[in-house]
Amino acid sequence: MVKPVIVGAHYGFRDWLAQRVTAVVMALYTVIFAISALMLPDASYENWRGLFSAGFMKFATFLFFMSLFYHAWIGVRDIFMDYIKPTGVRLVLHSVVVLLLVGYAGWVGQILWRL
Amino acid sequence: MTEVILKKQRPKHLALNQIRLPLPGIVSILHRVSGAGLFLMLPVLLSLFGNSVGSPESYAAYKAVIGNIFVKLLLLGLLWAYLHHFCAGIRFLLLDMHVGIEKEAARSSSRIVLIVSLILTVTIGAKLW
Repeated sequence: MVKPVIVGAHYGFRDWLAQRVTAVVMALYTVIFAISALMLPDASYENWRGLFSAGFMKFATFLFFMSLFYHAWIGVRDIFMDYIKPTGVRLVLHSVVVLLLVGYAGWVGQILWRL
Repeated sequence: MTEVILKKQRPKHLALNQIRLPLPGIVSILHRVSGAGLFLMLPVLLSLFGNSVGSPESYAAYKAVIGNIFVKLLLLGLLWAYLHHFCAGIRFLLLDMHVGIEKEAARSSSRIVLIVSLILTVTIGAKLW
């Protein structure tokens, strides 16, 4: 009998699952956001801002964006793993994407907590 | 030995003008393309969102930017990308749970994804235009 040898960094299943969990979070938020936006009396600045400044929606919006950035990381990384073969180029691209997404996360935090 | 024979007898069909990607394949590649497009446009979308909720002044600036016809068209394209990614994503989650994995069901659900995301894009796009 051949003993199975497990190789790899073991992040495959975790990322596969994270991509789906973040997708569900974003899908639920999308529905909640759509309903809340439709219930606004009009598209004035006060109403639009008020939509995101309320406690629950501020938290939910933040969660949506964090899910989005994690989801985007896995998706973009998969695209690079499929099409970019040279290790050096891939490393640079992966680093750029991670840094961008971390920056975006800070940006969103700043936008939401100023409300 | 069988492998060699099989390899030799395998029919070649490289008439590229006749090979058509089946509908589930089209949905799949569009899922990737729409995701990549949304990722690339994230700074634009975040900046628009930040301005729209920032202050009355930044809201006015945001309104002026999205009044531009080219910005409107770009946002309409991104709206489709989001909605397609959303609909195709729900389909993929169902496939993960082994719902609709038979060939016919998978084909009709991919047709539904393409049509529903287009209808939603036109409906929401018309309302926001």
